[in-house]
Amino acid sequence: MEENNKATLMVMSGDMDKVFAAFTIAIACAAAGLDTTMFFTFWGIKAIQKGNLTGKGLFGRMIGVMNRGGINVIGPSRFNFLGVGRELFKKMMSDKKVAPLEELRKTAIDLGVHLTACDTSMKVMEIRREDLIDEVEGVLGAAAVVGNAAQSKVQFFI
Amino acid sequence: MDIKVDKVQDSIGQMCPMPIAFLAKNMRTMTAGQVLEIHADDEGAHADIPAWCKQTGNEFLGEEQADGYFKYYVKKTI
Repeated sequence: MEENNKATLMVMSGDMDKVFAAFTIAIACAAAGLDTTMFFTFWGIKAIQKGNLTGKGLFGRMIGVMNRGGINVIGPSRFNFLGVGRELFKKMMSDKKVAPLEELRKTAIDLGVHLTACDTSMKVMEIRREDLIDEVEGVLGAAAVVGNAAQSKVQFFI
Repeated sequence: MDIKVDKVQDSIGQMCPMPIAFLAKNMRTMTAGQVLEIHADDEGAHADIPAWCKQTGNEFLGEEQADGYFKYYVKKTI
């Protein structure tokens, strides 16, 4: 892979709308021939979790319940109304033939987008590697992300 | 448009970014000089397909209106 032919997306947000934007941009980057890496950190990790309950200690388990991961359970940043908004958005999107998030993620993976996760966030929130989907290629630190971003033509922070 | 087409991509009903995702996937299976015809009714495709060609260095041959959708022609040059 030639130098500076990369794209880096740092996905901090775990909201449906922002994750949606992240996968859409990642697909466009990969389609344009850029070697694209998505780095999921903090709330963003929800988008690459399998969706099982997580956590070991009391607080970890509380986060696992109240902030449950999985690409189909994340809600929009506004108008979620305890999940009603999420289902409404899903319905509106499917009525307009917009691909659902899960399909977008699969398309991104098919196009060769690398999915990576933040080591520190996972430790803090007590999320294990096996709680993430199998397609996640690695658990990285900040230096690895910066190294990738430095070789990237475009960087996004979502 | 009088162009010899090697492959047709049906993206009717698909919304951004799926036509571009399929365009990229199809082009990977084709060889230099071959032409892909894309059928799409997504408004965004007007800008997206030429932009994709410009960025990847492939040739945008043009577009043509059909019944309720547009046909786009892309030649693989690299």
